[in-house]
Amino acid sequence: MNKIADKQVICDVLLEHGRKDRDVMVLCSDSRGSASLTPFAQELPDQFVEVGIAEQNLVSIAAGLARCGKKTYAVSPASFLSTRSYEQCKVDVAYSGTNVKLIGISGGVSYGALGMSHHSAQDIAAMAAIPNMRVYLPSDRWQTKCLMEALLEDEEPAYIRVGRNAVEDVYGEEKISFKMNEATVVTEGDDLTFIACGELVKPAADAAAALREKGIFARVLDMYCLKPLDQESIIKAAKETKAIVTIEEHAPYGGLGAMVSQVVCQHCPRKVINLALPDAPVITGTSREVFDYYGLNAENLVKTAQKVLQDV
Amino acid sequence: MKNLKALAYQLREDAVEIIAAGKTGHIGGDMSIMEILTELYFEQMNVSPENWKDPDRDRFVLSKGHSMEAYYAVLAEKGFLDKEEVTANFSKFGSKYIGHPNNKLPGIEMNSGSLGHGLPTCVGMAIAGKKNQQSYRVYTVMGDGELAEGSVWEGAMAASHYHLDNLCAVVDRNRLQISGTTEEVMAQDDLHERFRSFGWHVIDVADGNDIDQLKEAFEEAKEKKGKPTVLIANTVKGKGSPVMENKAGWHHKVPNAEELQQIMQDLEERKEAALHE
Repeated sequence: MNKIADKQVICDVLLEHGRKDRDVMVLCSDSRGSASLTPFAQELPDQFVEVGIAEQNLVSIAAGLARCGKKTYAVSPASFLSTRSYEQCKVDVAYSGTNVKLIGISGGVSYGALGMSHHSAQDIAAMAAIPNMRVYLPSDRWQTKCLMEALLEDEEPAYIRVGRNAVEDVYGEEKISFKMNEATVVTEGDDLTFIACGELVKPAADAAAALREKGIFARVLDMYCLKPLDQESIIKAAKETKAIVTIEEHAPYGGLGAMVSQVVCQHCPRKVINLALPDAPVITGTSREVFDYYGLNAENLVKTAQKVLQDV
Repeated sequence: MKNLKALAYQLREDAVEIIAAGKTGHIGGDMSIMEILTELYFEQMNVSPENWKDPDRDRFVLSKGHSMEAYYAVLAEKGFLDKEEVTANFSKFGSKYIGHPNNKLPGIEMNSGSLGHGLPTCVGMAIAGKKNQQSYRVYTVMGDGELAEGSVWEGAMAASHYHLDNLCAVVDRNRLQISGTTEEVMAQDDLHERFRSFGWHVIDVADGNDIDQLKEAFEEAKEKKGKPTVLIANTVKGKGSPVMENKAGWHHKVPNAEELQQIMQDLEERKEAALHE
């Protein structure tokens, strides 16, 4: 079982690049420990800015630094970064076009029992609705590393959400295929397609493996790039398979399911089932307990797949 | 025109022409900040179309972005924009000359419009200057009504925490906002003490529409080391014509033909007076 959280990988990548490039800067809002960024702050103190518990300030200061040539990474819990600082993300980052990468840590329901104030089940919808803002939810540490390396190469705004805890690998060091802004095909299949993002890609891959035992071949698309959405692979899946099931750690509005449905309806109508968190504060529990309660797991994906294939 | 007092009135005329042509604009605040912008752009700041891409240029963010017509007049006079083109297109369908700063245009660093963004972004610019050991200075102009935004104080806190003596904020203290006086809407008469308690060096500019007083204050700010400086510039909203001076209703009023004629006449008279002072 992997013990390395995605945020740890983010710190490692930023440290590696920060050592070579003095313009790489990290900002935290009293969140360096939560973000696993203490090593960065200790080794490169001159490239680290602490703003205190002030997420609006975090984003605006990052934008000002970026306007003066810095490559800035503003890191804060996803719940606060995406909604408390929403206007700063919209105006100072996206609208002003500053090179700020917004890293939302402990995203989705990672904070478990801390309640709805700490959950970010709206961030995909909120961030994707901003012009000039990209949205990424990597699925494991290997993809997170590839994504961070790619983001370091460009100068455009982006929002990235990762979870709090280490998650099981979907890929491996040698077996990861990554193309920027293209969904990764985790498993090939022609019966139906699972489209997943973030931590729910792994259950989708597990469900596909279980279905294979039953003679059902599910394609699994890792849609880590919510925006720009890889429409081509969605249309291809709609054309080549009989149904689509989406699964996401997000509210049922404006997330992956809504985006996929929009594309499918317009280009190749096909049955789409969306599995998501409810439109309500989620039940108290760990991520796993919450996922299981709402059927965001491999078992329910298997059931859903079997049912939808009977219906279509 | 090196006579900055007269220039400020000329630029007011330009701003009023832009407003009249576009049939929209925030005329009251445009008029109150004109000496502040004039002193900054034609005396204090090292920024021009020639050095616009230079990393060492001074930085400016118009935090009270709705005073855009004043800013258009200044940017045009400075050579960043063409005054006739701005006037002909301001607020028209498809125009790039909108009612708030847009950094797709030369001379503009950051987009604003929503209040309370300028100071925090300037904190970032000032930290960058310190990190890079560059000597540029960073300026922002905020409205006094704007100070009710909490994000202003987040920025104020960080500016003193990081000892940003390369940062100078100006408060356009005209004491009026859209709904009435600032003291009625959200009182702030201990403003100087508020900034001092946040660790700032505070300079009161008794007449914030006086070029000489502003010059003296900006020079003092440059000399102050170890902390950021704020100028509380006591200005007159609608400055330049009795038609609109100190009247909250002129926050974003467009003058009718008669008012326009009177305003332009008043501005011209004050410009002439300044030229012969």
